[in-house]
Amino acid sequence: MLDWQPIILTFQLAFVTTCLLLIISIPLAAWLTHTKRKIKPVIETLVSMPLVLPPTVLGFYLLVVFSPANAFGQWLDTYLGLQLVFSFEGLVLASMLYSLPFMVQPIQSGLSNLPAHFREASFMLGKSYSTTLFRVLLPNIRPSLLTGIVLAFAHTIGEFGVVLMIGGNIPGKTKVASIAIYDEVEALNYSMANQYSLFLFVISFVILLMVYLINGGYLKGFGK
Amino acid sequence: MIDFQLKKYLDGPQGKMLLEVQAQISPGTFLCLYGESGAGKSSILRMLAGLMSPQEGYIYMHKTCLFASEKQINLRPQLRQIGFLFQEYALFPNMSVRQNMTYALKKGQNKQIIEDLIEITALGDLQHRRPGTLSGGQQQRAALARTLVQQPSLLLLDEPLSALDRSMRNTIQDYLLDLHRKYELTTILVSHDVGEIIKLADQVLVLEKGKISKLATPLEVFTHRQISGKFQFTGELLEISQEDVIYVLSILIGRHLVKVVADKSEVEQLTVGDRVLLASKAFNPVIKKLE
Repeated sequence: MLDWQPIILTFQLAFVTTCLLLIISIPLAAWLTHTKRKIKPVIETLVSMPLVLPPTVLGFYLLVVFSPANAFGQWLDTYLGLQLVFSFEGLVLASMLYSLPFMVQPIQSGLSNLPAHFREASFMLGKSYSTTLFRVLLPNIRPSLLTGIVLAFAHTIGEFGVVLMIGGNIPGKTKVASIAIYDEVEALNYSMANQYSLFLFVISFVILLMVYLINGGYLKGFGK
Repeated sequence: MIDFQLKKYLDGPQGKMLLEVQAQISPGTFLCLYGESGAGKSSILRMLAGLMSPQEGYIYMHKTCLFASEKQINLRPQLRQIGFLFQEYALFPNMSVRQNMTYALKKGQNKQIIEDLIEITALGDLQHRRPGTLSGGQQQRAALARTLVQQPSLLLLDEPLSALDRSMRNTIQDYLLDLHRKYELTTILVSHDVGEIIKLADQVLVLEKGKISKLATPLEVFTHRQISGKFQFTGELLEISQEDVIYVLSILIGRHLVKVVADKSEVEQLTVGDRVLLASKAFNPVIKKLE
């Protein structure tokens, strides 16, 4: 019988990660779109690093930084009561870093493709940048927002390396579906591994299909 | 009184160009900026609006300092209380016409202004439509109404009518004049269209390569040119047709049919079949070697 715990945990992780990512990615993407600071390419590079870096590298450094054996990890534990290694909170943070480009890049490209006169017209009407962003700019890039949300969600479901490095394999706490597959294969339990795999395959397919259907205008009245 | 002096290097089509202008505009004036594309007309509007910063200079509007390079004052566009109408309309696609106008309201401003503007610009039937479903002329009318919601004293129009067809332009020109008078606006319009300028403007500021070459009434600028005789032809007048407020004359010069514009006073002296003298200063003629 399929153990649903890893799958539920996977969706919990993806949901929390996506919500938090959305909150930090909107201001970050807006800043990247409109800033003229020289540091912009550096920040853009940092945001995009998870695209090319092996997840194990990210996981390894997070493990080192957050380890209670280290000053920073100890400080977090003592003052904030945060245990980021081998815990759900740690997984969320690692997933956020890992999926950051998938959320930031669609929003940033959506914003930079909007004609400048929307922003300028709003400024000329006396509206602040944040009013302009939330009432004019973001509502007009709904397809980009949707793409960012869905990609970040789907990418979090699909991550493996980072989770394994910083989360380990604790049932009910850090054992997500992708880890469970690895676990079952190691135990030569192929039918179980197949069930998890098939489930992830179907879910990922459906999620991505929704994005293409909505952004392609096949489902009217949503997105555009 | 709007008093400004602006200096900025611009990247024009012919490389770097120094825009250096200084002018005073009395309240209630309808001023047109006229000149070749790339002469710096739009840049002047954008600097007045605060969407672009001059390198040096000052802008005073009714004694309020909007920009002064020496005092390091540069008011944000939000604080300048200037209306700006874009060539591309810039209506927000996610809001209906009325919502676009409501968005423009200041905090605590009386909503009656929206009803007034909708009535003046005849947007009643269109107020609940999204901009995407409107024609270009309707969109520009809605954008004009939205620009006036905050009741700015200075209205800047950046070639707002250039994308519209002639009859549409006529309608919006009439609205512009009405609103200009009703709200006692000072209006600055960038335009290429001589007919439009003659119809609307009290004064024309002619820009050439970043400098003001002339500031006069439209009739002085466009009709009282001295004949220098650089190019001079005689021909036969074949047709006089009226377009807008200007007239178009078809003249046969040799075997070539030439169409030229004329104003009413000129046309009054002419009848079809007359022999006429046609002269032009020809600042910048095209010269090509023929095989």
